[in-house]
Amino acid sequence: MTVDERSRVSAPLRPGTIGDSPVRPDGIEKVQGSYAFSSDLSADGCLFGATLRSPHPYARIASIDVSGAWKISGVEAVIDASDVPGQITYGLIAEDQPVFASEFVRYVGEPVAAVAASDPETARRALDAIEVTYEVLTPLLDPEVAIAGDHPLIHPDGNVIRHQRIVHGDPAASGDIVVEGTYEIGMQDQAFLGLEAAIAHPDPGGDGVELHVATQWLHEDQKQIAACLGMPVDKVRLVLGGVGGAFGAREDISLQVHTCLLALRLGRPVRMAYSRAESFLGHVHRHPATIWMRHHATAQGRLVNIEARFVFDGGAYASTSSAVLTNGITMTQGPYRCENGTVDGFAVRTNHLPCGAMRGFGAVQACFAYESQMDKIALAAGISAEEVRLRNAMRTGDLLLTGQPVLNVAPVEDCIRETAALPMPDEPVGGFAMPDGSPDAMRLPGGAGRTADAPDIVRGVGWGVSIKNLMYSEKFDDYSTARCRLSDGVATIKFATAEVGQGFITIAQQIARTILGVDDVVLDRIDTGVGSAGSTSASRQTWMSGGAVDAACRAARERLFEAVGAAYGLEPIQLMIDGTDVVDTIGDLRIPVSEASAGLEIDETFEYHHPPTEELDENGQGNCHTAFAFVAHRAVVDVDPELGLVKVVQIATAQDVGNALNPLSVIGQIEGGIAQGLGLALMEEIIQIDGVIRNPNFTDYLLPTFLDMPPVVATLIEQPDPHAPLGAKGVGEPPCISSTPAVVAAIRDALRKAGVDRPLERVPVRPSDICF
Amino acid sequence: MSNEVFTLRVNGIDHDVADSWLGESLLDVLRDRIGLMGSKGACTQGECGSCSVMVEGSLVCSCLVMGATAVDQEIVTIEGIAPVGAPSDVQQAFVDAGAVQCGFCTPGLVMAVHDLLERTGSPTDTEIREELAGNVCRCTGYGRIIDAVQQVAVRRGGSA
Repeated sequence: MTVDERSRVSAPLRPGTIGDSPVRPDGIEKVQGSYAFSSDLSADGCLFGATLRSPHPYARIASIDVSGAWKISGVEAVIDASDVPGQITYGLIAEDQPVFASEFVRYVGEPVAAVAASDPETARRALDAIEVTYEVLTPLLDPEVAIAGDHPLIHPDGNVIRHQRIVHGDPAASGDIVVEGTYEIGMQDQAFLGLEAAIAHPDPGGDGVELHVATQWLHEDQKQIAACLGMPVDKVRLVLGGVGGAFGAREDISLQVHTCLLALRLGRPVRMAYSRAESFLGHVHRHPATIWMRHHATAQGRLVNIEARFVFDGGAYASTSSAVLTNGITMTQGPYRCENGTVDGFAVRTNHLPCGAMRGFGAVQACFAYESQMDKIALAAGISAEEVRLRNAMRTGDLLLTGQPVLNVAPVEDCIRETAALPMPDEPVGGFAMPDGSPDAMRLPGGAGRTADAPDIVRGVGWGVSIKNLMYSEKFDDYSTARCRLSDGVATIKFATAEVGQGFITIAQQIARTILGVDDVVLDRIDTGVGSAGSTSASRQTWMSGGAVDAACRAARERLFEAVGAAYGLEPIQLMIDGTDVVDTIGDLRIPVSEASAGLEIDETFEYHHPPTEELDENGQGNCHTAFAFVAHRAVVDVDPELGLVKVVQIATAQDVGNALNPLSVIGQIEGGIAQGLGLALMEEIIQIDGVIRNPNFTDYLLPTFLDMPPVVATLIEQPDPHAPLGAKGVGEPPCISSTPAVVAAIRDALRKAGVDRPLERVPVRPSDICF
Repeated sequence: MSNEVFTLRVNGIDHDVADSWLGESLLDVLRDRIGLMGSKGACTQGECGSCSVMVEGSLVCSCLVMGATAVDQEIVTIEGIAPVGAPSDVQQAFVDAGAVQCGFCTPGLVMAVHDLLERTGSPTDTEIREELAGNVCRCTGYGRIIDAVQQVAVRRGGSA
């Protein structure tokens, strides 16, 4: 390995600037318990709202009798669909979801009515007193039935939300190796810990409302809420309540409209807060999917052609299903070169829980399928899992099956090689022994409470490599706004970027310190008092809101240079920031920024847009995506083949991050994302039987704990992307995409060593899939 | 609603609880009756540990304890760990190590880590994972939290 001499002589990093890892500005409040999450917000005289939900997956509402609720002391308001003053439906892409069900309920958990009462218990009792008479209908639960058109329409918009094909190259191309499989991905829940909660404050007179809510996209919420309330957008003001995680589940409306309706009706503040069980019903989930793929490759394992069919179950309402479908089908080839492909993709409507955004957004489902296929090609070609991926690794300039060239830095080969170079775990098969030499049950698959025997344990290694599109696609005008004020050496930054835990607030300060040469950066309240930031999703905020903060700060810096130039008779273009000083690059002037900005009132706002994208045509051709990021994962697992128990021993990863603005935050995203990928591989699934969710709680919906999550060893591939404002790619989603197939591949590898060949074509992998 | 008034001793201060309903959880009493919002409710069935507090020296999920049964016992919540603005060593290590993202699990984890390090000065990796397995974090993947625990253990050991 050679050492770059330039990096040795570079100036030491100024603390708190880009490339450093300063602590979160909200860190101390969060560790001390004084940080206000949305569920911690209250107000004098505030009432408590609660939501009545459908018990049926599909039924006609014959009647709603709310009179019983009114008889309960403490009940202040009871509302249903007839009380929605504005638009009666909402939605992120198609406005197809009712604020309250009126004629039909289309999933178990659909809101039918809401109440406000003096306390939460009274509100819940009031819900019990509302009598809804349902005429139960036969639900549509099989996505293939939706596609076949064999079920009456369950929604006026139809039972197929979107059908999109991709046809590229020669559909008849083939090779010596042909492998196929049908893969299933279960419904995963985002399972953020901070439950949905909001408080609405009506304006005096009732012609406006201020909502404090945990969300991912304040302005989109604002737009949808205002439409349903029948109010101008500027009469609905949103303030970000502390967000206890998001992962996609807060991109859609949940309790926002209900809370505002109740508050406006009563002229008093109203709080709503979901329970865990209600949260499972109240937000969208990761789409369950069935994906068939047939890969054609040369005898050497080089991809020739891919045929695929995707079916995403969107549940009862569209949410972002059409965009999830696009992501899924356009990632069919994975991070690999392939010149020919035919893909058929469906996102359908059923009477299951609605599905929408979750970290990875369509790419997760595709990746489990294509990576499982790559392993089959490797086996058929007689080469290693690593080698088949290296032979096909995408490079900058290669085309997707959509015809779109990948113009970003595409260090797929580097990701694979750097992952392979990471050390394998020290821990022996079956775990480190106890001091007396006996096996430590805690280190065995299944842990102490299970019955794995150390001699039965086999170890496997598996790979997963993935591609993820960053930002929004298909012609969406995606932008973010930031405002920078500079005065007396203090920068004040305002944006509407939802801080959901990812740490944008930290890097916003780092950017401002770097560009402006100030140490003191104040963050203004996150609310709709500035232009939209777009959503905290699609791995886009570092690029988009980072780009907006960067540009706003640069504009403020220009004003500063103009002021200094005017004061000292210099051309602004001569000036630059060096550390915390303004310096003249061709003269002797050097003054601290605090002095240079004394008495100035600089105020600059910038709206950052990424380059426009295109829609897909009928053959799925078009430059529909903005940018791409890549990652490789290698999983090491110990498996008890007879009991079907798995312990993940280590995950190694090398991720294409562009430029790590805050390396510690990047590691946090990598480890956290891998935990969610591991969860999908091994344990996380919402179970619905006959359209009824069976595990809406953390006892039955299993999440990875400290004991499930192995050590992660990581390398950051830092090749600054020239298209990114700060050279930095989004890092949030890639970790959870290929970690899932890597874990499953490692289980298959372990089982092969034990003489058992299991397809494991479904995630999460259950013990019975391993044993039988 | 109950007319019974009971007194809880929380962080060394007696609080009269006037309007609690029979069977109301300690978590809800702490948050909604006493106004200590630092303990968080995320599953309300003892699976996630976000509501962890100390009752008479034992770490408990406050969502599983009836508030009225905790009379005459010393209750310590996250607010009682350290004065505002003067974080404990565990709290500071969480911030420094990158163990905090959204922060919703953090108060419960801080309680659990203080308890762990009181009982086990130099926990092994397995001990840390086993002891904290009742605290779910959805953001971090746990790596930086383990790092924070180990940093505190080393520092406390070094100053002993």
